[in-house]
Amino acid sequence: MAAKNKKVKHSGADQRLEISLTIAMVIVGVIILYPLIIVLSTSFSSPNAVMSGKVWLYPVDLSLEGYKAVFRTNDVLIGYRNSLFYMVAGTIVNLVMTMLAAYPLSRSDMPGQGPIMMIFTFTMIFSGGMIPGYLLIKDLKMLNTVWCMLIPGAISIHNMIIARTFIKSNIPKEMLEASQIDGCSDIQYFLKMVLPLSGAVIAVITLYYAIAHWNAYFNAFMYLSDKELYPLQIFLKNILVSNQVETEMLVEDSQVTAQQGISELLKYSLIVVAVIPVMIIYPFVQKHFVKGVMIGAVKG
Amino acid sequence: MKSKNNNPKKNAVAVSGGQGLWKRVYRARQLYLLLALPLIYLIIFKYVPMLGLQIAFKDYTFKGGIWGSEWVGLKHFKKFFSDTNFKRILVNTLRVSIYHLVVNFFIPITLALCLNCLRNQKLKKAVQTITYVPHFISVVVLIGMMNQMLNPIIGIYGTISQTITGSRPMDLFGIPVAFVHLYVWSGVWQNAGFSSIVYIAALSASDQDLHEAAQIDGATRLQRVRYVDIPTILPTAIIMLILNAGKVMTVGFEKVFLLQNNLNLSYSEVISTYVYKKAFGTGSNFSYSTAIDMFNSIINLILICSVNQISKKVSDSSLW
Repeated sequence: MAAKNKKVKHSGADQRLEISLTIAMVIVGVIILYPLIIVLSTSFSSPNAVMSGKVWLYPVDLSLEGYKAVFRTNDVLIGYRNSLFYMVAGTIVNLVMTMLAAYPLSRSDMPGQGPIMMIFTFTMIFSGGMIPGYLLIKDLKMLNTVWCMLIPGAISIHNMIIARTFIKSNIPKEMLEASQIDGCSDIQYFLKMVLPLSGAVIAVITLYYAIAHWNAYFNAFMYLSDKELYPLQIFLKNILVSNQVETEMLVEDSQVTAQQGISELLKYSLIVVAVIPVMIIYPFVQKHFVKGVMIGAVKG
Repeated sequence: MKSKNNNPKKNAVAVSGGQGLWKRVYRARQLYLLLALPLIYLIIFKYVPMLGLQIAFKDYTFKGGIWGSEWVGLKHFKKFFSDTNFKRILVNTLRVSIYHLVVNFFIPITLALCLNCLRNQKLKKAVQTITYVPHFISVVVLIGMMNQMLNPIIGIYGTISQTITGSRPMDLFGIPVAFVHLYVWSGVWQNAGFSSIVYIAALSASDQDLHEAAQIDGATRLQRVRYVDIPTILPTAIIMLILNAGKVMTVGFEKVFLLQNNLNLSYSEVISTYVYKKAFGTGSNFSYSTAIDMFNSIINLILICSVNQISKKVSDSSLW
């Protein structure tokens, strides 16, 4: 743009660069997008088209068989319900805990702020690991309860640092001093000034947490064995990766090939169903995510 | 609220002026109150498991628990170092993580430089939006997609391969060495766009005067990439490289575990999956698997601390 305004002529070399870059970037875009398109198109195709590998760009023999098969089973509905619950409840826990930690740690006038911050950041670089973590959850009697999905990951230190950096750099110190002169206590200041002024960063970390909960797999894999509590990702793993397609999902078709076709087709539909919540909000939140990366990159 | 504050002048002075430690602690008491819950959480869920690491030096039994089991010293560590699988899983871990580190260092930078060069702003915006998308897909779904698409019979990989070569290809999941490439390049597909954000931001914040001066001197765009853009992102790149180098021994459990099968085990068995299998597989041994995990964590800790020191020296930027 600047070049255009100044009427600097683009040399031949620059012209060629622009053309080759355009081609390269279009190719990159296609490579990223193609797998997503294939999954979407296949999910709307017929079982036969899937089995014979006819789908390469657009749906072949448009059908909703795959989606019918997905919603015929209870598992997916249970998983969906549980995942929604874990996402909402877990994110609330995360937000409360994160902001409770972020604000005091942003106050450099608090004695011991440095060492306390160290207590937090140390957990980023060292942890008890898989087995002690499992034993703790077991000893707390949290195995196979909803709590093991909500509590163990209550604070992501990384998100806490993002919130802390934001508070530090966006809320002027003078405001605190003025409020203190007016007799505002720290808790009052936190509730009435810091939280309302941190809307932008709360939006960012809410999105981070919510998507992390929706996509989370490890805790459920380690701590849950009751099917009624499984989040969607566990059912997805069983069906997509371990290939355990339950017969209830399939039509009562005696033909093995038809069953096989549907069981493959439903995987594609399942992927679409599982990704939809994230993809629906994606266009709206893209900017926030980028903002989060930027705040996180600047260490406070 | 107002009655408490009978001497505003003194308060104002106190905020800025120095005073006794206890007075300052007392003044900040409400801040500590806010911190109480997060700290309790941290102690229970992060620091108590660190105490649990002692079972690496004990023979853990369910009856004895963490504290009541018998001390055995370094038995489990010695056993691990003489384990026939020791060398293999260490090499596997390093292979996959270093490969991942290198590829995922250069590709986001290249992408950012290309996007920054592009004069067509619409295309730039579109490519950015598209390349961020896969970042938000879960690991399970990613592996599921790979399973479907790379299926040699019904997947798009099988279809394309058949039209080109005329025969069904090999199943990539059954080729041990293919695991490494699948792991790394699916990571590129998923995260390259998102990782490039940092560099794109650094580039857009760069000094436009330099570009204009270079243009007046007749530098081509490519020359400006070489002499303006690359030096601009170099500090960011160094920090990213150093920080990632600290994670060399951490290969995420989830993705490897999901990509793993009996056929590619010779390349895909890494430390974290081995730890899981030793603990929850046949012949479950919590102490042994904790010892392996701890060995890994300690090497990580050393790596991170040393790269942090290097980063402090090189770039004045560090984690702490």
